[in-house]
Amino acid sequence: MKKIINNPNDVVSDMVSGMIQAFPEELEQIDGTMVIKRKELSSNKVGLVSGGGSGHEPAHAGYVGKGMLDAAVAGEVFTSPTPDQILEAIKAVDTGHGVLLIVKNYTGDVMNFDMASELAESEGIKVEQVIVNDDVAVEDSDFTTGRRGIAGTVFVHKIAGAMAETGATLNEVKEVAEKTINQVRSMGMALTPCTVPAAGKPSFQLEENEMEIGIGIHGEAGIERKPIASAEDIANELTQKVFDDLGLQSGDEVAVMINGLGATPEMELFILQKHVNHLLENKRLSVFRTYVGEFMTSLEMTGCSVTLLKLDDQLKSLLEAASEATAFRV
Amino acid sequence: MKLQLNDIRNWLELSNQLMQENRSYLIELDQAIGDSDHGINMARGFQEVITKTQDQNYQSPSDLLKDVAMTLMSKVGGAAGPLYGTAFLKLSMAWKDKNEIQVNDIKEGLQAGLDGIKQRGKATTGEKTMIDVWDPVVQLFKDDENVAPSTIEETAKRAMNDTKELKATKGRASYFKEKSIGHIDPGSASSYYIFSALATSIKGA
Repeated sequence: MKKIINNPNDVVSDMVSGMIQAFPEELEQIDGTMVIKRKELSSNKVGLVSGGGSGHEPAHAGYVGKGMLDAAVAGEVFTSPTPDQILEAIKAVDTGHGVLLIVKNYTGDVMNFDMASELAESEGIKVEQVIVNDDVAVEDSDFTTGRRGIAGTVFVHKIAGAMAETGATLNEVKEVAEKTINQVRSMGMALTPCTVPAAGKPSFQLEENEMEIGIGIHGEAGIERKPIASAEDIANELTQKVFDDLGLQSGDEVAVMINGLGATPEMELFILQKHVNHLLENKRLSVFRTYVGEFMTSLEMTGCSVTLLKLDDQLKSLLEAASEATAFRV
Repeated sequence: MKLQLNDIRNWLELSNQLMQENRSYLIELDQAIGDSDHGINMARGFQEVITKTQDQNYQSPSDLLKDVAMTLMSKVGGAAGPLYGTAFLKLSMAWKDKNEIQVNDIKEGLQAGLDGIKQRGKATTGEKTMIDVWDPVVQLFKDDENVAPSTIEETAKRAMNDTKELKATKGRASYFKEKSIGHIDPGSASSYYIFSALATSIKGA
């Protein structure tokens, strides 16, 4: 394992320190925790907390800022944060208007956020949760309980964050977050695995001429192993599944996210984008906005995911609203 | 057979030893059908349990186990943190105000722990999770009041090995569907270590 680290046990705390130093105006750390919060909270608004394992940078702390999240909780690498830490985040951002938790559908995340909301409620804080499950790789669309939450979560952060900033109630923010979840789908693939620092070796093995389709964002293996194909074929395979699952029709308007998993050059992401765009044009979809870059990574995994968000007027205006999050400025 | 505070400490120390010794093995199991963090998390969590509890003066096993539960919850993370945290919390509650844990208390405590795990994980028997080890061990105490420590160990081990042939329908491994068959469930392995350590500490009690 070759990594720029000190001790595998310290990677999360070292990272958080560095991140806080890089954005001293915007971010601060809650003492004794791995919770990163907005330095200046907007008063009179619903609080927004997300989080998850580390190793997905810029998720989740990169989405903390005016117009997006109020706090993000960093767990160990690919491991859910614990209830006590999530509780600290909830307490820190509650201004009396309640707190919405944005959780990705992974067993550990769901359980830890569940326990944290029980604890917060016992302290008199109003808490609601939404569970993002945008990954079409792992289950049929009518089996929504089993799908994972991946890059589409960033759109949920953005839209719920913009809604909260308008002074909407907890229920209104939750409702728009759920609408976003219902209308967003993603699918990913990998060319090489990644190495969790504490494990010291790659999470799975791929031959030089193989690719893995349907990977999650925790270095876990995907659903199907195939010979490596062209960018055009990869784009078509990923986009078609997302398109079908979302039930898109000609004339629908979408936002597109081409997400790198940590070690894919932008060159390749743009090549992919070109083909995704071509496919969407062929299907007579209108692309409202395209985001290309690293939004939800899997350490140094080589690969990508394609996310489509079906839009309406409300989602469009919330997507375009101002954001000061360090990794998503609008 | 009765367990006292020191026997419970012994149980925790043996559990920690097994987690440290088998850290890499648990990582390997989890690499096959999960995201490879189970060994890392369990080794970190149980090390913290020992660090946190070794110099504390507890009045009863229940007090000690409550601290164990909170430490596992706040240090393990993932799904295993809340699940084992809940199990040890239920044990602590079941053994409240008892200084000597009789075999009947073990039965009731483990049953409460199992119920807690099922409720927290919204899972049941046969889904290729730690429940598939907890369930047969609890059953053993129900069936035989004088169960031998070696039988506890053997039952937990066999139950762990039996998860190999199951298809996962709960937990991270469920994403792998048929591909999960042929691999031992990592959570069932860590539960086996906990019961193996329990058996040893019962033998020594």
